[in-house]
Amino acid sequence: MINPDEIRSTLEKTLPDSTINIQDLTGGGDHFQVLVISPLFEGKGLVEQHQMVYGALKEALGSERIHALALKTMTPEQWGRLGS
Amino acid sequence: MADEVLANIEGQLKKNKVLIFMKGNPKFPQCGFSDATIRIFESFDYPYETVDVLADPQIRAGIKSYSNWPTIPQVFVDGKFIGGCDIIREMHERGELAQVLKAAFDK
Repeated sequence: MINPDEIRSTLEKTLPDSTINIQDLTGGGDHFQVLVISPLFEGKGLVEQHQMVYGALKEALGSERIHALALKTMTPEQWGRLGS
Repeated sequence: MADEVLANIEGQLKKNKVLIFMKGNPKFPQCGFSDATIRIFESFDYPYETVDVLADPQIRAGIKSYSNWPTIPQVFVDGKFIGGCDIIREMHERGELAQVLKAAFDK
């Protein structure tokens, strides 16, 4: 199990200036849906973007403190287009 | 990763245009993420092969380090890792998956 605040602070260290939204899908503290909007994703493919997030959460994923992670990543520009 | 595990993975990738490392098999997926991925590929008419990582712990660990990707399922087209469940779902929604598959099978 992991606290959503810990996921957030871990991600903020590796991906500063990101907007992060975390949902605990089951309330059990191990199935999460995470949206990360980061300028560092600019010019990168989805695989690379997800690898950056997985890399940051390596310890929690490896130890199965996070059992399942549904991940969505985008750049601020892509996020802006969604609203318009 | 042991050499024979790497050789096994590379051999299977070479043999199959579309290869999906999953939990269980297409008839009986053992995980919701594997199931969701298979359903997307079933909506196309292109052939694909699967490897059940639950049947072989060495492949299960090996494929994660091969692709630097921590989760299963993993989808490879022409030997290249293109994504796990979330990415495949997103590519499918954007129509990109159809393009990638068409390009691979038109060759």
